[in-house]
Amino acid sequence: MTNTKANIIEQLQKAILPLQGCKPVAGNIGFDGGLGFIKAAFPNASFPLGAMHEFFCSRQEDVSASGGFIAAIVSAIMQKGGVSIWISSSQMIFPPALKSFGIEPDKIIFIAVQKEKEILWVMEEALKCDGLAAVIAETSEISFTASRRFQLAVEQSRVTGFIIRRNPKNLATACIARWKITPLPAASEDGLPGVGFPRWNVELLKVRNGTPGTWQLEWAGRFRHVSKLASIIREAQRKTG
Amino acid sequence: MARRFVSIWFRYLVTDWFALRQPEFANTAFVIRAPSHGRMVVTAANALAEEQGIHPGMVLADARAIIPALQVLDDKPELVDKLLKRIAEWCIRFTPFAAIDLPDGIILDVTGCTHLWGGDQPFLSDIVKRLKARGYHVRAAIADTIGTAWAVARFGDSFIIPPDQQSEALLPLPPVALRLEADTIERLNKLGLRQIKDFIGMPHSALRRRFGNLIETRLNQALGLEEEIFQPVLPIEPYQERLPCLEPIVTATGIEIALGRLLDALCKRLQKEQKGLRTAFFKCYRIDGKIEQVHIGTNRASYNVKHLFKLFETKLPTIEPDLGIELFVLEAPKVEDHAPLQQKLFETMWGLDNVHLSELIDRLEGKVGQNSILRYLPDEHYWPERSVKRALSLDEQKSIEWKLDRPRPIQLLATPENIEVTAPVPDYPPMNFRYKGKLHKIKKADGPERIEQEWWIQDGQHRDYYSVEDEEGCRYWLFRLGHYDEDYKWFIHGFFA
Repeated sequence: MTNTKANIIEQLQKAILPLQGCKPVAGNIGFDGGLGFIKAAFPNASFPLGAMHEFFCSRQEDVSASGGFIAAIVSAIMQKGGVSIWISSSQMIFPPALKSFGIEPDKIIFIAVQKEKEILWVMEEALKCDGLAAVIAETSEISFTASRRFQLAVEQSRVTGFIIRRNPKNLATACIARWKITPLPAASEDGLPGVGFPRWNVELLKVRNGTPGTWQLEWAGRFRHVSKLASIIREAQRKTG
Repeated sequence: MARRFVSIWFRYLVTDWFALRQPEFANTAFVIRAPSHGRMVVTAANALAEEQGIHPGMVLADARAIIPALQVLDDKPELVDKLLKRIAEWCIRFTPFAAIDLPDGIILDVTGCTHLWGGDQPFLSDIVKRLKARGYHVRAAIADTIGTAWAVARFGDSFIIPPDQQSEALLPLPPVALRLEADTIERLNKLGLRQIKDFIGMPHSALRRRFGNLIETRLNQALGLEEEIFQPVLPIEPYQERLPCLEPIVTATGIEIALGRLLDALCKRLQKEQKGLRTAFFKCYRIDGKIEQVHIGTNRASYNVKHLFKLFETKLPTIEPDLGIELFVLEAPKVEDHAPLQQKLFETMWGLDNVHLSELIDRLEGKVGQNSILRYLPDEHYWPERSVKRALSLDEQKSIEWKLDRPRPIQLLATPENIEVTAPVPDYPPMNFRYKGKLHKIKKADGPERIEQEWWIQDGQHRDYYSVEDEEGCRYWLFRLGHYDEDYKWFIHGFFA
């Protein structure tokens, strides 16, 4: 009896998810964007593709960290081919650096527009185009209406959208997930001198039908979990005595 | 099909134009003057002045002696060229082929056009009537060859020469009608050959020997035995659609319907020939003689009516119909092969070849401009600003691989910004730096990576780059310009992820 009840609830929950904009993209069940066990935080235990993600930043350094984190995820999305669009007013992204995150930089089309209104227009047009893998935009303000329009557009086209927002004022948006990425001091292996792999504090502030959390990640050609890494090292040290 | 030509002769082109501009001169004798060899010479005289014996080429003082009350206006350089070009463009409403015939005429190739007006007679009278209504003295004639039409327009009596009757029409005309050089005409007159019939029967070799090659060429051209080169004022685009309107169009809806029809017709033709357009012009000929036009470009050859219409749609509001548009022309000057079989394959593909992507880029280009859409390829330079170059098209492939061997910041400042730095010993990374008022203490650093100036491009000092991490974990790309022991400066150039 309880078993069937649990089954019914599970089925109902599954039916609710698509209604809330978390439609699974065909063939992408279990896609984790290279994030490993973080995918458990998302509904259906897969990184939400065809959805809007927003990134909160307060400093220039956070924007860079978010850019790196997004580039790493986009590279996983673009594994199967595809092209992405990066919209910003500042045009500070340095294409050769994207290569180190696994993206072919010539597969990214940059759009340099100055006005907020134009950024939103370009973003919406791009999100409606199903020939793209992902659309990334840097803008500070976005109204609830605009974010809702984006979300509806991506539900149609299955494009994944990322918005980097610097010092946002409006907190109510229709985005599926809200992230905050801040840089962490890197640890070089074996105490070697020099700067190590980029390391970030990844906060999933809000996720629809998922469980928010905080993780420490490192990018070394792929994502590595720092706490896990530390425990492995500790383990190794303990074993060797 | 037998070819038909119309020659229009503007008897008083320049003076008519001045009279139109300054109506107070319309009923007085006036001449146009220009300096020549240190004296004033009449370059054009109106009908009233010519009646009293003034003709172009006369010295102005002589003309004043004939008519003391003569009005004199200054000539404008290149006025005739401009006027004729404008009138020839206006004549495109009668035929797509209109050419300037210096110094005082226009030639139209009207092959297959006259039946639209109901025959030669109504066609010709419509041209003459319209030009006369604008205030020009004109004579026009229609014939099978340019030469005959030219001759008849200026020296003939009946202006419509039926097909294959050039020689009959030419016979009574003076030799001037053959467009010969002045001294040839003088020699012909001296010899008493005052009409074309006097010498048309002579052996060509004799004519050539006495009067030069031109006379034979001109005779053959007039009779239709030799082709005459015809240079239309507007080169005809091979991919062009025209839509003349019975009533002038003034509404936006009307323009949209016209554009839709033209696009339908053009795209159908392109599809049939397996081609797609890359650029297109939509021209609207207004009844006041002005031409309004909008232009679009696509990244990939396309014959998709819906897509092309969308591209035009954003630009249509710039068209001012004013009093009305009587002719719409859609031209595709740049057309490329576009194989329809491959299209289905590409639609499923997910790359730069994707049709939807190129359509998106076209739309964005129309709104934000071509310069705002950037795609980068690696370039063979170490200097960071020069290590990427803009791709010219979506198809352009990289010629070298992207480099991975050196760390590069994800965000690069367009121009490096000056920072205050404390650095311990030469060639060591700095201990701390101040950027935008904030002090950053450096905990870890990599470097230096020396990048030399490319002396063949630019003068200047080398840069020693350090990637550094401060106590908060933020990573920066700094460099020192110049050697440590000389004059040097520190800059911040980028932010690592």
